[in-house]
Amino acid sequence: MSKEEVFRKQVKKVYRLLVLLFSLFVITGGLLVYYTVNPGFFSFKTESNTIASVPIEVDEDRIENGIHVRTGLIDAEGLMTVVNNCTNCHSSKLVIQNRMTAERWNATIKWMQETQNLWDLGKNQEVIVNYLVANYPVIDVGRRATLTNIDWYELKD
Amino acid sequence: MKRRDFAKKATLSTFATLIGAEVVFGSNLLDGYTPLALQDPDPFKLFNKNKEMVVLNDKPWNIEAQAHLLDDKVTPNSCMFIRNNGLVPEDIDAKKWTLTIDGESVVKQKTYTLAELQSKFKQYTYQLTLECGGNGRSEFNPPAKGNQWTVGAVHCANWTGVRLRDVLEDAGIKSNAVYIGFHAVDVHLSRDPEKEPISRGCPMPKALQDETILAFKMNGEAIPLAHGYPLRLIAGGWPASVSGKWINRISIRNKVHDGTKMTGDAYRVPCEPVAPGEKVKEEDMCIIESMPVKSLITYPKSGAIIKDGKSLNIRGHAWAGELEVAKMEYSIDFGSTWNVCPIEKPSNRLAWQHFSATVNFPKKGYYEVWARATDTQGIAQPMLLPGWNPKGYLNNACHRIAVKVS
Repeated sequence: MSKEEVFRKQVKKVYRLLVLLFSLFVITGGLLVYYTVNPGFFSFKTESNTIASVPIEVDEDRIENGIHVRTGLIDAEGLMTVVNNCTNCHSSKLVIQNRMTAERWNATIKWMQETQNLWDLGKNQEVIVNYLVANYPVIDVGRRATLTNIDWYELKD
Repeated sequence: MKRRDFAKKATLSTFATLIGAEVVFGSNLLDGYTPLALQDPDPFKLFNKNKEMVVLNDKPWNIEAQAHLLDDKVTPNSCMFIRNNGLVPEDIDAKKWTLTIDGESVVKQKTYTLAELQSKFKQYTYQLTLECGGNGRSEFNPPAKGNQWTVGAVHCANWTGVRLRDVLEDAGIKSNAVYIGFHAVDVHLSRDPEKEPISRGCPMPKALQDETILAFKMNGEAIPLAHGYPLRLIAGGWPASVSGKWINRISIRNKVHDGTKMTGDAYRVPCEPVAPGEKVKEEDMCIIESMPVKSLITYPKSGAIIKDGKSLNIRGHAWAGELEVAKMEYSIDFGSTWNVCPIEKPSNRLAWQHFSATVNFPKKGYYEVWARATDTQGIAQPMLLPGWNPKGYLNNACHRIAVKVS
């Protein structure tokens, strides 16, 4: 083997060593940079990402099958006047289950104004009472109604 | 993540962030207590109620049982009706809770902490029937306004507490005392802090009864929030509105208490009988005291189909306000004939009583089993509605279930 040959081999060795060192330097540096950006990466623990859930935007006042979904009230003339003036303080469920005439609804409104901090309804009062009387009319039930909506089932001993 | 689970894991600071305000007394919150702003909107989970309970109203909360849900001899929380007049109070701290006895007829105004009440006075446990004055309102005609209760606004749980009498006497009762009135921390629907949703009371003789107690336990555990945690007045046999929840003050009055829902026509019926629909002047309305005799068939659930030739076991409860139930009967022919059935003695005064019977049917067909209780004064339940009243109170008409024999 000539001197030149030996020299070339030695140079190659040095070259490879330098390349290896440089690669290690680049990888280590890269990892260090990554670590400063993502400190949790080397902790070797699984951490779930917490994502704040954002409620899906839905139409607050949507109507399905003729019913105002949010309140359960029948969709008819005056609906939103009732929703805006009546369901702020109490549930619409209280409205729906009552069966009253215009005279008694007016008296009830007066009572709510005197004792429950209800505001002056102005022209809306007529709209509200008309809506209630038309959509939730008085049903005459007599002295004792027959049993209805019986859910029949086989009685097991 | 579910809202409830999240709420359980969240810290107080998270609550504060979400509510947008600091949680007052937050460090004293009960384990498992969730601020109302974060409470589960599902009332059955929120109040630990049976899924078959019926929500009449959600602002304020009014939830009733059905007859078959009340089959237990001692009513569990899951099947107890809720009748609230205002909003459920928030941020209750039992450690800082106090009860003040005041009023024109108290000898010396006194304030007790909950711990003092519990340690200073002897504790008693009674099973007591509480029925909403408006239970059965939905049947009145012409109709009465308000929550349209059917049959389920009644329960009979075990209540543990101290006698109201012992506490009132400790503060001192002047000889001119005629009534007590309670005050509580629930919030008016309008959120007006000047207004009380309800402030009722009872005459001194009822207040001084052995069974009238300031309760802090229901069925052996802390009273659930919806039922008056941490302190509730219990006056069995009277309209349940007398048994105020979340009590922090009791006034000994030298006149009939004039708090919210004590005056006008609230919890009052005409002093003299009136025709259906008749207008009654305020001065002609009298305060309801003892509830009338009543009963409920709790087994089977209405709608049972049985085989021809088979007998049917029925059971239920009966109660009579301040009195006892002396006789229990059932009819399968719409009241043409009645059969007497056994009725047990109450576990203590003012607890409901249990009845049971084995019913035989003569042939196939549609039947109604009617139940009728009679009190110790010989007064029985009516089959039709009782006398009409403007607010639809005291409907004690006989309960009935449908049965088919096929």
